[in-house]
Amino acid sequence: MNPQPYLPGGTVYGTLLNFRREHALWAPRMHEAPYKSPPQAPVLYIKTANTFTRAGQPIALPGGVAEVEVAASLGLVAGEGGVVAGAVLLNDVAIAHESYYRPPVKYRCVDGFLGVGGAVRPVTDLGELAALVLELRVDGVMRQRTALADLVRDVATLWADVNAFQSMRAGDVLMVGTDCLDDGSRPRVKRGDSVEITATGFSPLVNGFVGENA
Amino acid sequence: MKRARIAWAGAVHDAVENRGELELLTPTFQGRRVGFDEVVWLPPLSPINRPRTVLALGLNYADHAKELAFKAPEEPLAFVKGEASLIGHRAFTVRPDGVNFMHYECELAVVIGRPAKRVKTADALQYVAGYTVANDYAIRDYLENWYRPNLRVKNRDTCTPIGPWLVDAADVPDPMNLALRTTVNGKLTQQGNTKDMIFDVATLIEYFSGFMTLMPGDLILTGTPDGVVDCQPGDVIVTEIDGIGSLTNTITSESKA
Repeated sequence: MNPQPYLPGGTVYGTLLNFRREHALWAPRMHEAPYKSPPQAPVLYIKTANTFTRAGQPIALPGGVAEVEVAASLGLVAGEGGVVAGAVLLNDVAIAHESYYRPPVKYRCVDGFLGVGGAVRPVTDLGELAALVLELRVDGVMRQRTALADLVRDVATLWADVNAFQSMRAGDVLMVGTDCLDDGSRPRVKRGDSVEITATGFSPLVNGFVGENA
Repeated sequence: MKRARIAWAGAVHDAVENRGELELLTPTFQGRRVGFDEVVWLPPLSPINRPRTVLALGLNYADHAKELAFKAPEEPLAFVKGEASLIGHRAFTVRPDGVNFMHYECELAVVIGRPAKRVKTADALQYVAGYTVANDYAIRDYLENWYRPNLRVKNRDTCTPIGPWLVDAADVPDPMNLALRTTVNGKLTQQGNTKDMIFDVATLIEYFSGFMTLMPGDLILTGTPDGVVDCQPGDVIVTEIDGIGSLTNTITSESKA
């Protein structure tokens, strides 16, 4: 009997600017308006429950949106007592936006915009995650390799800095961030594309992209 | 009907207000009344089988936008909070050590009653289960201009009291004409009226449901008017909306343990 694929039982948080490549690309602008200074605390956003799409299920592009950004991330799943209990692959979908000034609700909280790996892998040693590499393919073609060795805040530091002001409750998920490509963009997909995210030790996460009402 | 969710006698119960007391709905205690002082008040929200979406608005009253030196936004300035920041009536909210400006925000909170996707303003209020009062505390010392208001300001543990009652939408004929006010230690510090919202409840439901499906139990905190002041440990903050309820909260200091 196959259990139903996993969906988060708690709030899912995303982390912005937590890969060195993107942080470095942004650094010259960080002192300019409207930002005025580099971020001190982790910059977080929430992926609301309406975004959750199970592994294998399609993700719909809203009408009028020709393409969306896709991004591989690892979600840290909280257990009891504020510890990381497991990790899950995620496809963090967004409508591209140039500004990081205002919260990105309409870009990131669109129905279906979070592909969720089918199972949570137990994690006992956060250190082992530093060696993890996520691979993102579109229709079988490699588009991006995301190495968790490139995090600004490593997994343990991010977890601690976030929990310093908001306790992660059992079932809550904290995404470690998503990397950008060399030019600062993220891979984009359109209707008909299939996105596969893989990492050693995890079942592949595949979501096809369709038109609305498909 | 005014609905509450409380802890009493070692268990959690749903209750309704009845002549100044809480009447329990739990089958075993059906009809039993308990006093407001005998219970622990929880957020007046039924559990749901998925993470609750908590949407909130910044700068949604013209006077408050002016107070914070912003021009009124052209579209809703929305942000999202985690359910873990919610606490009930008569609870404690922690002021971190060493901060200079922590303020309350008295807000009308909308609880969604049925799935809402691409709802038009004319129909929007039919999707509301009821209303309650939220106090969306902010600690301005932590403001940063990255996805502002950032979560360190707005998503802290204990920093979103809500309640005491969920008032059925049927009992709130005009949610857009409710006086709201805040007192600190009994002194009036904030006054406003929901009629002064820039984006009213129906417009907000249309806006959000245009790209995200709202589900029963989801929340929209609709923003706060002018008049926010600093709150210190020991201060008793009462955020109140006519016909909806009076939400009491006490500020406490960070534990030194």
